[in-house]
Amino acid sequence: MIKFTEEHEWLRVEGDLVVVGITEHASTQLGDVVFVELPEIGTMVSTGDEVAVIESVKAASDIAAPLDGEIVEVNEAIVDEPGKVNQDPLGEAWFFKMKIDDLSELDQFMDEDAYAELIG
Amino acid sequence: MTDLKSLPLDGLHRELGAKMVPFAGYEMPVQYALGVMKEHLHTREQAGLFDVSHMGQVILRGPDYRSAALALEALVPVDVAGLGLNRQRYGFFTNDAGGILDDLMLANRGDHVFVVVNAACKDADIAHLRANMPEGVAVEVIEDRALLALQGPASEAALSALNPAVAAMKFMDVATVDLCGAECWVSRSGYTGEDGYEISVPVAAAETLARALLADERVEAIGLGARDSLRLEGGLCLYGHDIDETTTPAMAGLGWAIQKVRREGGARDGGFPGAPTVLRELQEGPTERRVGLRPDGRAPMREGVELFKSETAAVAIGRVTSGGFGPSVGGPVAMGYVPAALSAPGTQLFGEVRGKRLPVQVVALPFVPANFKR
Repeated sequence: MIKFTEEHEWLRVEGDLVVVGITEHASTQLGDVVFVELPEIGTMVSTGDEVAVIESVKAASDIAAPLDGEIVEVNEAIVDEPGKVNQDPLGEAWFFKMKIDDLSELDQFMDEDAYAELIG
Repeated sequence: MTDLKSLPLDGLHRELGAKMVPFAGYEMPVQYALGVMKEHLHTREQAGLFDVSHMGQVILRGPDYRSAALALEALVPVDVAGLGLNRQRYGFFTNDAGGILDDLMLANRGDHVFVVVNAACKDADIAHLRANMPEGVAVEVIEDRALLALQGPASEAALSALNPAVAAMKFMDVATVDLCGAECWVSRSGYTGEDGYEISVPVAAAETLARALLADERVEAIGLGARDSLRLEGGLCLYGHDIDETTTPAMAGLGWAIQKVRREGGARDGGFPGAPTVLRELQEGPTERRVGLRPDGRAPMREGVELFKSETAAVAIGRVTSGGFGPSVGGPVAMGYVPAALSAPGTQLFGEVRGKRLPVQVVALPFVPANFKR
């Protein structure tokens, strides 16, 4: 199952964790990504906290935590090779994995069709 | 909201998939389908075509070249009168405090001075010229010409396919050249640090010329985004950012553009706004200097980032005026102002990015060696 936020992040359930990345639409809008900064493992975050930074040749943007929870894993591969965010935003270029209280919290987000409509 | 003007080649940009953004009162292509990174690298490897028709093109015409040149010398600290026939030179308008009102390119085109100024300043520049040119020197604003730049190592091959005469031009030469049946005013110069040309072309012929150049497989359309990263790597100033009314030529490291003849003891020394300050600073050295900055890490340091002497220093000693990612450098690059005592290459400073002090080195400019046809 994949869900999408209005901030153009995607969320995918993997066991009891939520994997978070940015959408293809977001990566296209940002342009060539040249820098990624990820949160520390173990950080407790609240919805809306700025947890990661992504910079393209054009500008810097923040990635907000989509839910309350704990950062349990980060993808160092995109720090070493930020260009992966443009190449494979929905796959290899995930940003971080979170542990949240209740996976049903994901129900509030858009499914693929609803997101496709949003970006029209 | 003010009405944005559109470029003569607006339709072509849209057809090529450009993303258009407002810039200096115009709708401008910021990037095409390739994207900023590939457009930048393509320009350094082959050739890029830029539409810079938003810039101001002005002719100063007097009884002869010398009278127009001497009139302009009252506003710029540059040797205009001594500029050779069909040669171009970089310059700037100064104010009474010795600050820079705008930077410009000027050329000796035989019976007149041809001037190209920045889009954002052109109305003010034209008013400044009109207010200060003496009787007998006319200020003619060119409204019926587009301005295209062809930049990169394959520029000579691509443009000489349209007229072989351009191959013989050297860096900073100007010539009147027939391209696609139109009278074009061509200079061998640009704003990327690469070899290349700027072409003033009648609006009616601009699209034909642009399409003819784009038909060459070595040439790609390049937007403002890559123009900015190319000039930044080339160590070239962007007016309103790296230079402005508060920065003097000496501070900006532009003393090279003030020839001996306009300096103290020269045959036509001074005689331009702010001359005492500008000339004194050239001799004594400025208190602040524009420098190249190379962050140690990967995080870009963009315009406005404050610079500190140490990780813990309370007060900023300088600021970044242009910065971003340099595609040819493969990492972040920036320019900024620091105290003269901290301006030597190799000096270690810290830039504050999102609350963190990150190490950055002062380095010599440019970041990428210039590739001009001398």
